[in-house]
Amino acid sequence: MLRARIVLTLYILLLMLPIYWLVNMSLKTNTEIVSGLTLWPHNLTFENYRRIFTDPSWYSGYLNSLQYVVLNTVLSIALALPAAYAFSRYRFVGDKHLFFWLLSNRMAPAAVFALPFFNLYSAIGLFDTPLAVALAHCLFNVPLAVWILEGFMSGVPREIDETAYLDGYSFSHFFVKIFTPLVASGIGVTAFFCFMFSWVELLLARTLTSVDAKPIAATMTRTVSASGMDWGLLAAAGVLTILPGALVIWFVRNYIAKGFALGRV
Amino acid sequence: MDKPVNQGAWLLVLPVLLIVAFSAILPLMTVVNYSVQDTFGNNQFFWNGIGWYQELLDPSTDLGGRFFDALWRNLLFSLLILLIEVPLGIAVALSMPRHGWRVAATLVVLALPLLIPWNVVGTIWQIFAREDIGLLGWAVNRLGIPYNYTADPLSAWVTIVAMDVWHWTSLVALLCYAGLRSIPDAFYQAARIDGASRWAIFRNIQLPKMHRVLLIAVLLRFMDSFMIYTEPFVVTGGGPGNSTTFVSIDLVKLALGQFDLGKAAALSIVYNLIILAVCWVFYTVMTRMDAQRN
Repeated sequence: MLRARIVLTLYILLLMLPIYWLVNMSLKTNTEIVSGLTLWPHNLTFENYRRIFTDPSWYSGYLNSLQYVVLNTVLSIALALPAAYAFSRYRFVGDKHLFFWLLSNRMAPAAVFALPFFNLYSAIGLFDTPLAVALAHCLFNVPLAVWILEGFMSGVPREIDETAYLDGYSFSHFFVKIFTPLVASGIGVTAFFCFMFSWVELLLARTLTSVDAKPIAATMTRTVSASGMDWGLLAAAGVLTILPGALVIWFVRNYIAKGFALGRV
Repeated sequence: MDKPVNQGAWLLVLPVLLIVAFSAILPLMTVVNYSVQDTFGNNQFFWNGIGWYQELLDPSTDLGGRFFDALWRNLLFSLLILLIEVPLGIAVALSMPRHGWRVAATLVVLALPLLIPWNVVGTIWQIFAREDIGLLGWAVNRLGIPYNYTADPLSAWVTIVAMDVWHWTSLVALLCYAGLRSIPDAFYQAARIDGASRWAIFRNIQLPKMHRVLLIAVLLRFMDSFMIYTEPFVVTGGGPGNSTTFVSIDLVKLALGQFDLGKAAALSIVYNLIILAVCWVFYTVMTRMDAQRN
């Protein structure tokens, strides 16, 4: 097992190196960055972070991003729950084709949708709102949520449904009170993946916003100015975008393994 | 697995159907509409039939040449990253601990790159690979190998492939690991008693268990690399020249940069059809595999 440990340690080191470099840059002054390569910050500074936390045009970017990501996650799960139940429990006309069509949307290139989404959301007056981005991200997150949830629901024995109906539960009562708690870990995994894919997407989020709902990822392009790149600030903003993801992974670490175990991502 | 037939289930699927139709079919109809028309501005449109498609699929025209160049480039890129990420992912998955606290710790660390916004992945590598302020670029140049991703196409390719491997190998590894976890310890003990070699265990016990997840991993990695946009765009902007302009980058240039709506729309439709076809092949193979297993 020694060889396995070496392989893994090396791989993790390689994974961490670019992230370390980003953190390293974020703690340096710009003079230090451009004056030569240093392996760690010699003049440790938190100035870059202070600027982000005190400038509303910076931190509002984070708030906007979190807003549409949470909105999208809630929407995707709420819509996908009944659909996933239908797919896992019943056969109906066109079910297989429908499932494939849904999945194919998970694979659709965002670039294809950028321009029509811009037209569509401008036409219905949602342009530059978090709701527009949240709805747009449903394109790939709803099919994904249906897929993951269907896997978890198929793992719940059908006898439970039948017993509940015999006991006189109505469908909605049964679904909310009994069934949903049974697939709680599935919902956790789904929330994780919806959060993840909405959080990392930029192309649609940037196309559908201009000022008021601008995501942090788009704000980051501001660091290019006439006087050159503000590398330190850019790196600090980058580090701060990694943190929410890291937090989310930490909370769902035990569920991820389960979600992956179903082979559905 | 005999599920009861119930047409009422359609009602449960309806909300999903509506939202996906709203975000997929409606926009696609606009795209189809644009793809058969030409415009000279002023919101005046003219019927152009299959003109754009003919131009797009003919490599001797300007548009067609551009499209096929981007397409081959994109396929080469997908092939390269699959060739690296799949074996590397398997190797990492095989090295992961099976018990104890290290499992959770390893999972968290491996999943980290997957949760970084794609443009930040680009930013990380943009900084990391620069020859003046980046550790990688600086180190490679110190070794006497000329490396500059903004000027040299080969360096640009190496950077983008390395970035994708860094970004996505974890996904392959985590999927494979999930497949491996379903193997009971008794199998390994039996293999040890039989004196099976490391290779024999891999070939006969581990690989068969990873079959399905590997298929999913290849599908996801192919699709996502085939529609890659943000990461290379941040690092190279499609350059130097056009050397890293992939299909999505080209499409966004056409649609949002030049507002060449007809051409962009025709390209979108063809692009989507290719993806749909590949997706369908994978889906059929997968359902057939499931049917065999049951």
